[in-house]
Amino acid sequence: MAQELEFQNAYKYRINVCCSSGCVPFGALKVLKAFEDAVKEFGVEKECKVARTGCIGTCSVGPAVLVEPGDYLYQSVTPERVREIVRDHIVLGLPVKDMLYERNAYFKKQHRLVLRNAGKIDPSRIQDYINMGGYGGLLKCLTDTPQAVINELIASGLRGRGGAGFPTGQKWSLVARAQNSPKYIVANLDEGDPGVFANRTLAEADPHAIIEGMLIAAYAIGAEKGYIYIRSEYPLAIQTLQKAIAQAKAMTLLGESILETPFKFDLELRFGAGAFVAGEETAILASVEGKRAMPRPRPPYPANSGLWQKPTLIQNVETLANIPLIIQNGGAWFAKTGTPKCTGTKCFSLTGKVNNPGLIEVPMGITLREVVFDVGGGVPDGKKFKAVLVGGPSGGCLPDTLLDIPIDYDSLVKVGAIMGSGGIVVLDEDSCMVDTARFFTEFCVDESCGKCTPCRAGLARLKDVFGKITNGAGEMSDITTLEKSSSFIRDGSLCGLGQTAPNPVITTLRYFKDEYIQHIVEKRCDAGKCFKSRGEEEIE
Amino acid sequence: MIKDDKRRAMLEKVLKEHDYQESALLEILHRAQEIYGYLDKELLMDISGSLNLPPSHVYGVVTFYSFFKLKKSGEHVVTGCLGTACYVNEVEQILEAIEQEFDLKRGGSTADGKLSLLLTRCIGACAMAPNIVVDYEVIGKATKELVIQKIKQALGGVKAETS
Repeated sequence: MAQELEFQNAYKYRINVCCSSGCVPFGALKVLKAFEDAVKEFGVEKECKVARTGCIGTCSVGPAVLVEPGDYLYQSVTPERVREIVRDHIVLGLPVKDMLYERNAYFKKQHRLVLRNAGKIDPSRIQDYINMGGYGGLLKCLTDTPQAVINELIASGLRGRGGAGFPTGQKWSLVARAQNSPKYIVANLDEGDPGVFANRTLAEADPHAIIEGMLIAAYAIGAEKGYIYIRSEYPLAIQTLQKAIAQAKAMTLLGESILETPFKFDLELRFGAGAFVAGEETAILASVEGKRAMPRPRPPYPANSGLWQKPTLIQNVETLANIPLIIQNGGAWFAKTGTPKCTGTKCFSLTGKVNNPGLIEVPMGITLREVVFDVGGGVPDGKKFKAVLVGGPSGGCLPDTLLDIPIDYDSLVKVGAIMGSGGIVVLDEDSCMVDTARFFTEFCVDESCGKCTPCRAGLARLKDVFGKITNGAGEMSDITTLEKSSSFIRDGSLCGLGQTAPNPVITTLRYFKDEYIQHIVEKRCDAGKCFKSRGEEEIE
Repeated sequence: MIKDDKRRAMLEKVLKEHDYQESALLEILHRAQEIYGYLDKELLMDISGSLNLPPSHVYGVVTFYSFFKLKKSGEHVVTGCLGTACYVNEVEQILEAIEQEFDLKRGGSTADGKLSLLLTRCIGACAMAPNIVVDYEVIGKATKELVIQKIKQALGGVKAETS
C-alpha cells in the first residue's frame, strides 16, 4: 500500500481523461493516446501521470479532461490541441484558458458522494480505488457484527435509489431475519429508462464501489452469492465490471475466505436484453432465472421468497455505492446531508433543453429550480422554459410554478412525478405537451409486459386517443376518456410500470390542460409538432 | 446447415459451459446472437432442444426482449436513438429524412439489403442528443445533412472509423 502511495505521489501532475460512454464516441481514446504521446515528447512522463478515468460529469462538452492539482477542467479536447495543453500547462505551468470549462455554477451546488471517485481514479485499477479509502468499509464491517452493520444503515436513513425509496436498513433486516437459505443479492443495473445514464456512468467510473457495497450487504444479511443484472447495451460498463470482479477475486476480496475470514461471497454478471419492465423487482428475478421479465404479485416479498424462492435482497447500484461511505463514516454522518426524511444525495441525468446537460449529483431537498437554472444553467438560445419531466417515461411533467418544490421522494409523488431512476428532462417552448404525453404513452405501450389488462389494453386505448387528438379529430370527451383510463391503469396494475405509466398523461392534463383544449377545439399546436407530420405522411 | 458448421461447435461450447441449464437461456441467446448475428427459427429450435425447453418458451423469451433479432440486418446499420433527450432534440426529423433519402422504413432494410434503419431506446449519450449511430460510429448533436453524408460515405465503401 505504501508503495502504491509513493508511486502516485511521485507525480506532480495528473491528467485524467474521461473515457466513459459519453466521451468515447467523440474521440476520447484518441485524446488519451495523444496525451500519452505528448508527455513523452516533452519528456515529462516521470512527473505527469496520464490516467484513463470515468465520467467527469460535463457530458455535453466531451471529451473532457481534468488536470490535477487545481482541478483544471478542459472541454471538447481534440487530439490536435493536446500538445498545447501539455506544453503550456504541464511544462510551463500556464493553463490553456480558451479551452477551460468556465461554468462553475454547474459544480457549485453539486455534492458528490456516490460519484466521489468518478473522473478521479482509473476504474481499471483496484489500487486507485483502495488509495481513495476503498474497501475500508468492508474491513471495518468485518470486525463488527452483522446486526451492528444493519443498525448503522438504519441510522443513516438511506432509502433505495431505484425509485421507490424503501428504507434500506429495514429491507436488510427483513432479509437477514428470513429463515431460508441460501440467500442472494441482486444488484439492479438495468437502467431501462431512455434518457438516463447515471447507473452506467457509476459502473464505468467506480465499479469497486458497487462491489464493496454488495460485499457489505452480503455480510450483513448472510448471503453467499450475488448477481449484477446489467443491460447488454452497456458494453463498456460490462467490461469495467468484469475486470473489477477479476481484480477483487485476485486480492481475496471475493470468493472463499475473504481477507482470511470465514466470510465468503461470489459475484456474477447477468445480462438484460432490453426490457424496461425488467427493472421491477420481481421481474428482474424472473429475468435472472432466464425467463420473460414479467412481474408477479407480492407477497411473498423477495426478502422471503425471491430468486429460486430463496430470500433475496434487490438493490439499485446507486444505493450500493453509498454503503461503503456509511460504514466508514457512520450513519449519523450520512444523515447530515439531505433532508431529515430523505438523507444523502441523488444522481440525475440532466438532459433536454438545458445549457449544461450531464451527470449531476445533488443533495436531497435541493429545489428543481436550482437544478434546472443553477446547475443546468437554464434554457439555451433565449427560449422560454416550459416544463421539466422528472422520473423518466413514467414520471411527471411539472410547470414553472412547481419548480420550488424540494427534490425528495414524497414531495415529488405529491405533485404527480416520481424520483424514478433519476432522469430530469427540461422542455422549452418548442415542446408540445400533448405530443410529449403521446411519446411516453407509446413508449409504455411497447414496454408493457402484457400481464395486466388495465396496463396492456388501457395504454393502447390512451395511444389511440392521442392519435386522434394529434391528427385533428379530437373531441372534448377525449379528455374525460384520458382521465378515466389513466386512473384505471394506475389503480388496476400489478407493478410499478403500470401504476406510474399514466403519470405523464395525468400531469400534462393537470398542468397544461389549455394545450389539450387548443388541440381539440382550435386544431392548433403552437409548438408545431402535431397535425403537420400527419399531412406529410399523406403526401408521401 | 446449422448442424455442420463451425459456428454450431462454438454454440455447443457455450451450451456446455452453462451445463445446459434452462436458467442460462438468456446468456445462451446472447452468445448465439453474437455467433450467428441473428436468431432464426432453426437456431431457436436447436437451442430449445438442447436445453429441453418447449420451443414456445424460447420463442416467448426471444420476442419479449427487444435486444434479440429474428431477422438478418443489412450490410450497414443505422441506428436511431429514441431516448427522451433525443426526442426532445428532434431526432424524428432526422429519421424521416433518412427514410426519404434512402427509401426504407424504420425497422426495415433497403431493397438491396445494403442498409438497415433500426431504432434503439437509448444509447445513453443523452447530453449529446440527438444521436444517430452509423455502423459503429456515434454521431452526436446530429443533423440531417451530416447523417446522410455519413451514411453515403459508409455505403460508398469508405470505412467508418471505430473510435
